[in-house]
Amino acid sequence: MEVRENISNTLVPSKNDKQKWWQQITEYSLIVIFILMFITMSLSVEHFFSIENMLGLALSISQIGMVACTMMFCLASRDFDLSVGSTVAFAGVLCAMVLNATGNTFIAIIAAVAAGSVIGFVNGAVIAYLRINALITTLATMEVVRGLGFIVSHGQAVGVSSETFIELGGLTLFGVSLPIWITLACFIVFGVLLNQTVYGRNTLAIGGNAEASRLAGINVERTRVWIFLIQGAVAALAGVILASRITSGQPNAAEGFELNVISACVLGGVSLLGGRATISGVVIGVLIMGTVENVMNLMNIDAFYQYLVRGAILLAAVLLDQLKNRGSRD
Amino acid sequence: MSATLRFDNIGKVFPGVRALDGVSFDVNAGEVHGLMGENGAGKSTLLKVLGGEYQPDSGRVLIDGNEVKFASAAASIAAGIAVIHQELQYVPDLTVAENLLLGALPSTFGWVHKREAKKHVRDRLLQMGVDLDPNAKLKKLSIAQRQMVEICKALLRNARVIALDEPTSSLSHRETEVLFKLVRDLKADNRALIYISHRMDEIYELCNTCTIFRDGRKIASHPNLAEVPRDTLVQEMVGREISDIYDYKPRALGDVRFAVKNVEGHALREPTSFEVRRGEIVGFFGLVGAGRSELMHLVYGADRKKAGTITLDGEPIKVRSAGEAIRHGIVLCPEDRKEEGIVAMATVSENINISCRRHYLRAGLFLDRKKEAETADRFIQLLKIKTPSRRQKIRFLSGGNQQKAILSRWLAEPELKVVILDEPTRGIDVGAKHEIYHVIYQLAERGCAIVMISSELPEVLGVSDRIVVMRQGRIAGELPREQANEQSVLNLALPVQSEPTAQAA
Repeated sequence: MEVRENISNTLVPSKNDKQKWWQQITEYSLIVIFILMFITMSLSVEHFFSIENMLGLALSISQIGMVACTMMFCLASRDFDLSVGSTVAFAGVLCAMVLNATGNTFIAIIAAVAAGSVIGFVNGAVIAYLRINALITTLATMEVVRGLGFIVSHGQAVGVSSETFIELGGLTLFGVSLPIWITLACFIVFGVLLNQTVYGRNTLAIGGNAEASRLAGINVERTRVWIFLIQGAVAALAGVILASRITSGQPNAAEGFELNVISACVLGGVSLLGGRATISGVVIGVLIMGTVENVMNLMNIDAFYQYLVRGAILLAAVLLDQLKNRGSRD
Repeated sequence: MSATLRFDNIGKVFPGVRALDGVSFDVNAGEVHGLMGENGAGKSTLLKVLGGEYQPDSGRVLIDGNEVKFASAAASIAAGIAVIHQELQYVPDLTVAENLLLGALPSTFGWVHKREAKKHVRDRLLQMGVDLDPNAKLKKLSIAQRQMVEICKALLRNARVIALDEPTSSLSHRETEVLFKLVRDLKADNRALIYISHRMDEIYELCNTCTIFRDGRKIASHPNLAEVPRDTLVQEMVGREISDIYDYKPRALGDVRFAVKNVEGHALREPTSFEVRRGEIVGFFGLVGAGRSELMHLVYGADRKKAGTITLDGEPIKVRSAGEAIRHGIVLCPEDRKEEGIVAMATVSENINISCRRHYLRAGLFLDRKKEAETADRFIQLLKIKTPSRRQKIRFLSGGNQQKAILSRWLAEPELKVVILDEPTRGIDVGAKHEIYHVIYQLAERGCAIVMISSELPEVLGVSDRIVVMRQGRIAGELPREQANEQSVLNLALPVQSEPTAQAA
């Protein structure tokens, strides 16, 4: 057939296939950057390449890692969520208070996660059905939820006395503590959700073209609500884990957390314009963020300077995103 | 004498596609040079090379015999070239004057002299004989008026070469006439014009010369277009002979399959009803803004209807969302492919499977990748969608092939009962049109009830069993195929109060 011939003809890669080459580079650039960074750090920074430090690093990124999974969905659908930091703090406080009141770890965790889901649901419903901009909506809930955290705790940290709860945070399996396992599970579950399920594909379709998705029969509103609801629940779970690790619920915990999570996602190649996200990218993004912070701590770099480094990394990440877009536009 | 604009052996390769292959031809001052060819033949790519958006991999562009290289769109503009794309570039919230002077607003230290700008624009518009209010915001104008602004922008910059990419694809009859007059004026003013269109009538009406493209190559240039028969052009474009592009054959019609009664809603002036029988193709004709697309959006559940009932095979059904419509076997191919049809960043396969995948989910959530790949490949073959693979991002496909992918999306539905097509062949070449008509006929043979909205009168007349004409938010009348001709349809479609000036082209 003539058509067939033509296609196979044009499929032969030509010499000026610059774009393809560039695409390959950007596709794997993050992994390359991370591996190079990791090797350099291992060789040059003392105590970096040790099991102890690796586990510490993994533990330190466990909250960001969990929430980055759901933030990936949020960004992929071309939305935004600024309220996760407040949710983490509120869930921690609530969990601690319920725990102190009932003495039952299970009920406390359920209560916190349920509260997180409600916050997420409100976010999603307002954004999807009342059509208020996600940035504004979650900025508002960020303030409201942070305020609620201070109100219920009277502005004080809520100490936890339950042994079971504290042990839960320190529980280890094969030498690896529970929060790390949960984070790993999140990476797997949300990776599968993104790639293998209608939910994930619909999320990407909505981010790519919401109107086309609606006319193709996707329930855009309902999908949006789910994205935010799950995000709220996972953020609350992260709050519970944090509370368990620091043995108290702190109403001022996790400030700036939302921006770290978004930074990690963007660093991992999730497009802020929606429609593009990979779980491997998010994992790498989270790892890069965590490694940089870990190394700065090991090298005793002043906390004030760490802000500069984080900002620079975020800027570099957005620049990379730009360059990627440029490479694949034509 | 050297030509105003000469393309010399231009070549351009994209990953997987040879978009232009050794293209050479001349465009002279004082002529309108038509470019024709199927979608993906390379016309738009050539315009992007001319506009400085793409750098050619080989070959030269010459102006007045001197080689020019455009590193950017700005360089092309500076050389006196204006390329007006199908998708217009404008800022909706700025006024006509601001849009026209964008990038060159008269200012002192950043302070814009608004009054001066307005006066300047008003004077120039008057000179050009264009009736536009410099104070009007672009978003308030009709598409035709926005196009006019775009052309005026070219004139304000005193462009010598003006290229128009399918300018009439979303214009009404009357708006088209206005555009044609402007194009003729520009020709008389000794400018060089390039005009891309899929509409044969327009090419014959406007152009002196016509160049035909196919698969990135120039097939032929006809300096004396008037002497070349249409069939020759079609054959050159398609690469084979197409006797009658509509190829209509009467079908046996069944019972009423789809009945819409007293629907009320946005953009409708009165409760509206219509019926479609099994195997029937009903063409909906009307001027832009007659309410055809709006009516179909109400019927499809994409917009909320205030009142009205919908009956499918005699059973009243509820259609409150697109999802519900699809579950009943009612589907809609939207008018605006880019905005409402495709998910540009996703692959061809994703775009085809976006809806039908729900039929083969495992545990109600997990995708069946194998089945999806099969479905995509089947339709890519069946409809001859030109793509390197199902994994290609759909935005790299030409308009016609994108449309075929959207059609595949619905053909993949197992129980298709009602198919609503909104401008299914807009911006699509003859060959793909022909293929799409055949898909429509096959659906009708299978017993589907088909609604086809189209602004192309010959298409409506050529394909439909029955024609419903809408005018200003209501159904103005209905004509069976035998009684429908250009005159009778236009009589119903044109507003009553104005004198009947518009003529069929």
